[in-house]
Amino acid sequence: MKLKYITIIAIFTGSISFSNAQEGVEILRKVDANMSSNTQVTETQMIIYGKRNSRTVVSKGYSEGEKRSFSEYLSPAREKGTKMLKLEDRLWIYSPSTDRTVQLSGHMLRQSVMGSDLSYEDMMEDRKLEEMYTVQIIGEATIDSRKVWILDMKAKVDDVSYVNRKAWIDQERFVPLKEELYAKSGQLLKRVVMSDISQIDGRWYPKKMNYKDVLKDGKGTDFVVVDIKFNEEIPDYLFSKAALKK
Amino acid sequence: MIKFLLKGIIGDKNRSLLPIIIISIGVSLTVLLSGYIKGAMGDIIDQNARFDTGHVKVMTKAYAENKDQLPNDLAIMSVDSLLDQLKNNYPEINWVKRIKFGGIIDVPDANGDTKGQGPASGMAFELFSKTSGEIKRMNLQTAVVNGALPTKSGEALIGQEFIEKLGLNIGDEVTYFGSTMNGSMTFKNFKVTGSIRFGTPALDKGAIIVDITDAQNMLDMENASGEILGYQPNEIYNHENAKLLADSFNTSVGNTTDEYAPVMIPLKDQNNLASYLDYVDVYTGLFVTIFIIVMSIVLWNTGLLGGLRRYQEFGIRLALGEAKGHIYKTMIYEAILIGVIGSVLGSLVGLGFTYYMQIVGIDIGEMLENSTMLMPSVIRAKVTPSLFYIGFIPGLFAMVLGTALSGIGIYKRETATLFKELEV
Repeated sequence: MKLKYITIIAIFTGSISFSNAQEGVEILRKVDANMSSNTQVTETQMIIYGKRNSRTVVSKGYSEGEKRSFSEYLSPAREKGTKMLKLEDRLWIYSPSTDRTVQLSGHMLRQSVMGSDLSYEDMMEDRKLEEMYTVQIIGEATIDSRKVWILDMKAKVDDVSYVNRKAWIDQERFVPLKEELYAKSGQLLKRVVMSDISQIDGRWYPKKMNYKDVLKDGKGTDFVVVDIKFNEEIPDYLFSKAALKK
Repeated sequence: MIKFLLKGIIGDKNRSLLPIIIISIGVSLTVLLSGYIKGAMGDIIDQNARFDTGHVKVMTKAYAENKDQLPNDLAIMSVDSLLDQLKNNYPEINWVKRIKFGGIIDVPDANGDTKGQGPASGMAFELFSKTSGEIKRMNLQTAVVNGALPTKSGEALIGQEFIEKLGLNIGDEVTYFGSTMNGSMTFKNFKVTGSIRFGTPALDKGAIIVDITDAQNMLDMENASGEILGYQPNEIYNHENAKLLADSFNTSVGNTTDEYAPVMIPLKDQNNLASYLDYVDVYTGLFVTIFIIVMSIVLWNTGLLGGLRRYQEFGIRLALGEAKGHIYKTMIYEAILIGVIGSVLGSLVGLGFTYYMQIVGIDIGEMLENSTMLMPSVIRAKVTPSLFYIGFIPGLFAMVLGTALSGIGIYKRETATLFKELEV
């Protein structure tokens, strides 16, 4: 008799957990539909709050899926003309002042971009969440009077920047309003707060993200999307090393 | 009396040989170990002073709190006016600017693409200044393995290991890639004029040495510097003076809450050097104490054995009417003579070994491969004036103490039973 009850409870618990995971995957799919696209052309401002002063770095970026992206820095003067090319997991940076192209790989990709709270990996990451993580809904909450699900994501592939992440997903618009990014050790590395959620080409998209490296002092880095176009055609030559020196 | 005792000591070798050998070994070990510890600490302090701490160092308060992270964003601004002020107020000190920086050294192939790269550990000195004395202070001429020192802007010295690893040649160009003090990306090409090896793994890994003007330019640090280092006359560190100097400067700055206000710190208060020096003092003292205790016990035992061997002699002397106190006194005088002979011999042998270790040293390079501590890879002993007495006094004291303890037995002899004992 006891065994029967235990079996029923186990099946019941298992099915709840399965449906929870299924629901989580469904949510991730909808988030990916908002945040990802075949191609993106963006103009962004990165406002870096330093201890002594703040700087705004403006750049234009082109990306195609998760594999290829190209960006050019437009201002300030020191950064103007610097270009970055990402092909698969390799990154090249071109500096006009030295006329050199430097390749970055390995742990160097975890370094900060221009003193910001974003790493090169953060800048390069454009993979669908569903492909990288298994997900569980671990609760519900309210952020700025919007109801959210709290998702706990664990990496199912090896090549991810953050082994574990928690996301607070708007239940109506399917965009993250907050994220916490963790290291393998369980240490919280970064906190991202999304705001200025706008509807662009029929999808909801956060136009402002504040990245905060919790291991650094300061108020973090604001990443502001000034303009974004989805599924625009991008000339193929942009994703070549030759485009860096042009 | 001394002549008489010496005759006894020389004539009866059984009385003196073993104690002299024991004292000589103990004293020579004390001298050698003290010399080695002093030499090692002296090298570490010297290395720290030259490369990192100066005899005093001026930084902003915020920089000082995070100095291991090379926080050039917290550097001293308007550094030239502060430097002028320091030179005017403390003219006996030699003041120099320094910048340390991290980043990547990238080596291009024939097409300008990355051939190899590695983390850079950059140091910028006033190389082109004729008055800074930095080239001599850092022994840069000696540390250059191949090539020559940079003589103009855009030139750099690169660590020998890095040169070998990437197959670089003198005259090749490398690109430094890092962040400015404001966090912007910065790139600068340098022509390699020479390779360098300091013999300290923490310094040699990824070393790139440039003139401070180049560093200021590439890191957006015009009229800014991470650190100002001060060196006392003849490059000899005097802690009392350094402390007075730092107190005077810090008082003149006042008790401000401005985290960018400059603060001066003497050498001993940096890099935990004070605790290292205190440890050394404690361990040297402990070693000498243990030496005295152990030697005294051994010599007490030797004295007892000698006492037994000379049982009859003391008995006859007592029987002939010599006072117990007189016999005890002659034993102590004898011990002083033996102690002096043993300690002189031990000090000479110890000093000889110490001098040998000063020349040859012990190579601990392999143990330091991944070390970030600023210490030389060859640890050498140093012959200092204190070594001439550091073993001598305990050697003499141990012998006298040992004899004094074993000699007490004389007072237990009963005159009434002497003749009975002597019949045996």
